Amino acid sequence: MRKSIAAPSVTLASVTVATLVLAGCNGHQSALAPFGLEARSTLWLTAVLAAGGSVIALGMAAIYFVAARAPEGKLTHQSGMRLVLWLGAVVPTVVLTALLVWALPAMRPLPTGDSDLHIRVEGEQFWWRVAYARSDDKGLNGRTEPLLLSANEVRLPVGRTVVFELTATDVIHSFWIPGLAGKMDMIPGRTNRLVVKAEKPGTYRGVCAEFCGLSHALMAFDVIAMEPAAFDAWLTAARIPPRRTQDRGAALFAREGCGSCHALAGTSAQARIGPDLTRFGERLTLGAGILEPTDGHTAAFIRDPHRFKPGARMPAYTHLTQEEALALARWLKQTKAENAR
Amino acid sequence: MSEDPRGDRRKWHERLQVTLWTLIVPPTVWAAHFLFSYLWAAISCAKQGDFARFPTLFVAGTVLALAAIALSGWIAHRQVRMPGSPPPHQDGTDIDRLRFLAKATLLLAGLSFVGVLFTALPVVFIGDCR
Repeated sequence: MRKSIAAPSVTLASVTVATLVLAGCNGHQSALAPFGLEARSTLWLTAVLAAGGSVIALGMAAIYFVAARAPEGKLTHQSGMRLVLWLGAVVPTVVLTALLVWALPAMRPLPTGDSDLHIRVEGEQFWWRVAYARSDDKGLNGRTEPLLLSANEVRLPVGRTVVFELTATDVIHSFWIPGLAGKMDMIPGRTNRLVVKAEKPGTYRGVCAEFCGLSHALMAFDVIAMEPAAFDAWLTAARIPPRRTQDRGAALFAREGCGSCHALAGTSAQARIGPDLTRFGERLTLGAGILEPTDGHTAAFIRDPHRFKPGARMPAYTHLTQEEALALARWLKQTKAENAR
Repeated sequence: MSEDPRGDRRKWHERLQVTLWTLIVPPTVWAAHFLFSYLWAAISCAKQGDFARFPTLFVAGTVLALAAIALSGWIAHRQVRMPGSPPPHQDGTDIDRLRFLAKATLLLAGLSFVGVLFTALPVVFIGDCR
């Protein structure tokens, strides 16, 4: 009687839990959907460990079962001790040694060369400053300008080794593209290196993985893995500043002093306090991975950033009319019209 | 153990004292090797700027640690086999005390030996200062 009531409720609970767990599945931000070398080998290692752990647990359960049901006098002290020696010492040592020997090479950092692309990413509350450079250009040491400045979006050539140079300017952040590689802390005053290799083109997502303030959970970025030729073409094109119309948007940008914090390549706005807006129209999301980049969202964000991003440093521009904010939003998006990817 | 009737006819390893101090020799060597490994990696990376092609000092330190643990284990192994009552060695006699401590030392030596190997393997398989 009791059994017949318990069984459906257990099934229901399992289905509910499984549904909740499976709801987290996606292909763009998951270590279970790798597009990079490191994430792929980590997933394989995880699968082997999970399968091996299950086999060991089931085997132990079977041994308990047999031992508990063995007839009186069938098991001797000596055979028990032998079992402990083999299954408790020898087999674990061999298994752990084999796992160590197998897993250690995966921890070895990828080899890098002088011509590898370097992407310097600085964590800020609550966005990402991105700079592309070649190491043989010495671009990141301040001696020459980087190839390209950007924000809240990282583009990678598939099949090539890329070196991320990670740092932060305010508090500790953590750079994590789950489908590409493990996470790496971004520490003010220190540069951490993360060497990666993307293997599959596509659009993915990265996040901040270290609590960094009010909008920590709203600090994400888009990751676009491109075929090498397409990446090279994009990088070349992206370095040419887009031509912008001198209309109302331009006037508003100047009047409101947006250039005091933001940069627009090819104009007098060169500040690096806020995100670089040169390629703003090209971005897949608005506000570091949190909003659809529609004109409406952009206008609303300009007028009241804290509604979308509590704790953001950008001041509110509530004095702008909706119409003015929309004009500014459309003008900022002109990257796309001029230099579509 | 002076009242042991066989007196001086015992072999050298059988005449050795067995105390809690000898018991912790293998894990202490393991701990020392662990510290040595990290110091060696940090210093050699800092001084040379690159990982040593052939880490002579590290190999020597590891071999030394393994030899010390093996010796300790071998002595314990011989001491366990000295004549006495079967386990458990729980009586307050010298021979029970010796055989209990020797058995524990032997098991710790086995663990420490594997521990030292596990500490040393990354040098072989990673070999990188990053």
